[in-house]
Amino acid sequence: MNIVVCVKQIPDPANPYSLDPETHYLNRPHEQVLDDTDRYGVEVGLQLAAVDEGTVTLVSMGPAGNMQGVRQALAMGADKAIHIDDAGLKGSGALTTARILAAAIQQTGFDLVVAGTESTDGYTGVVPQQLAELLGVPALTFAKKVDVDGSTITINQQTATGYNVVTSELPAVVSVTAGVVEPRYPTFKGIMAAKSKPVETYSASDLGITDTSSGQSTVSVTDATEREAGEKIEDDGEGHLRIVEKLQELKVV
Amino acid sequence: MAGMDVMIPDLFELDQKLSTEETLIRDTVRDFVNDKFLPIVADHYEAGTFPMDLIAQVADMGLLGMHLEGYGCAGTSGLAYGVASRELERGDTGLRSLVSVQGSLAMFPIWKWGSEEQKQEWLPRMAAGEVIGCFGLTEPDHGSDPSSMKTTARRDGDDWIINGSKLWITNGTIAQVAIVWAQTDNGIRGFIVPTDTPGFEAREIKQKMSLRASATAALFFDDLRIPESLRLPDAIGIGAPLGCLTEARFGITFGVIGSAIACFEAARSYMGQREQFGRSLASFQLSQQKFADMLTDISNASLQSFRLAEMKAEGRATAVHVSMVKRHNVRAAIDTARTARSMLGANGISLEYPVIRHMMNLESVLTYEGTEEVHTLVLGQAVTGISAFRG
Repeated sequence: MNIVVCVKQIPDPANPYSLDPETHYLNRPHEQVLDDTDRYGVEVGLQLAAVDEGTVTLVSMGPAGNMQGVRQALAMGADKAIHIDDAGLKGSGALTTARILAAAIQQTGFDLVVAGTESTDGYTGVVPQQLAELLGVPALTFAKKVDVDGSTITINQQTATGYNVVTSELPAVVSVTAGVVEPRYPTFKGIMAAKSKPVETYSASDLGITDTSSGQSTVSVTDATEREAGEKIEDDGEGHLRIVEKLQELKVV
Repeated sequence: MAGMDVMIPDLFELDQKLSTEETLIRDTVRDFVNDKFLPIVADHYEAGTFPMDLIAQVADMGLLGMHLEGYGCAGTSGLAYGVASRELERGDTGLRSLVSVQGSLAMFPIWKWGSEEQKQEWLPRMAAGEVIGCFGLTEPDHGSDPSSMKTTARRDGDDWIINGSKLWITNGTIAQVAIVWAQTDNGIRGFIVPTDTPGFEAREIKQKMSLRASATAALFFDDLRIPESLRLPDAIGIGAPLGCLTEARFGITFGVIGSAIACFEAARSYMGQREQFGRSLASFQLSQQKFADMLTDISNASLQSFRLAEMKAEGRATAVHVSMVKRHNVRAAIDTARTARSMLGANGISLEYPVIRHMMNLESVLTYEGTEEVHTLVLGQAVTGISAFRG
């Protein structure tokens, strides 16, 4: 099976993020890490590929930097990577991103595309669905379990109260939640070998896309209102009663 | 990666010197320690056990013998081994010691002085964690003076007969193989001793107040018979085991920085949250002086270790360099741990915080792999040309 996993390099969340004051774009340092949510997609891809000696191809868009994030996914065991780095794509909206990824995925060929549900820096949460539409295949979203049997994919789709069982024929796009599988740690041998794994780099025009305008712009950015401090209940021996009262007020119990 | 919530005091931006591969290795170990090790270490420390079920994962990542080339080892740089040691010891000295002993003291002598057959037989299984090794040099009556060891190996036809005992042997009770150093008629030689050989006994050392999440043993050899094919052919004289120790000490210089960082961060977090006299404890001048001292110690230790790694890569690091950095960094770490212990007040003695655990562990590190005193005298000899301890 030919599996494509979408991955994104993001600034290390350990460091405070900053936005360009004029464009409101996220400032991206040279060293970016693999988005934590993508580790789950890579693991799903690797596990499915292991069943029938399939291949896992990473597709990623954004400034290359030192490629640490993509290398991390290669070190986990992916076979190769396709990377789209184009200054004209700076600040792309979700739909432009989906168009670029779809073009790259179409070019390389696929039976299954795996993506995280949303990136940890952008949080739009719509790229997997847009990707499926552009590729003309079904979108199976918010998977907390993924099984492939022959040419049929079945997922458990996370809902607020439980899960739906959703099935479709391949090819398809699936978005996976954190917790779908336990991502493996890259092995040191994998890390050393990742240096020599093939990485193809394209611009938007290489993929036949000339209009990279995102059709949207960020007009202003406002800090989220700070959450108000909670109520502190000092325990004088009766503290538990106040907590139960509070929970009843909130209709939690 | 999930190591994102770890703050590392790195004033001189030394981690910027890491290559992409070295950075990924650092982050992988950091994630593993945060996710798998830190949640369980306090319970193991209290129980006096090592979390044996983690060894397979440690091996899968490639930590065992990581800086050795070939034979199933990852073949990373020395600097990668250093930062991995630092991240492991930020968890616990016991975890780092398991990896140090396996890679630098058990696998390294086979890799360096073993025959091709010995390397093929042992190293891949040791890298995979299927075989755990220990290193038998120190004896009950011979610690800093290992040349005077009493353990003997006597030739008997095609075999060797080993008699004697070793003490303070990390991994001793969990090992499948021991690298044993013994006196022969021709001087000190090294032997690969499977621990299921008749005449081999390992007894756990109980009632330790330090390195509690680590297996420490006394080894006994009673007419233990092994074939000549298990002698390390190229290990000649006391220089061979001392060479292993120089390898291991390199990792220790980085490791103890991890302990110091864990203590520093615990103190920073605690002092920032706790109030006395209506003010944050971090706002008091005495606290700030302690932070300044700890940060300086950690920075000095890191600068020395990173430079040592560069010199090691260039083949210019000597035992004198290693003695200086081991001596300096362990002292810096133990000072930091003791300072942090007092800053946490009563909480400083609780295993709920990492500080007392590191502080107690560092007492072992101050002594093992060359005592602070011997390293001091090595430096004294380097300056004066006069040995204060060798005849």
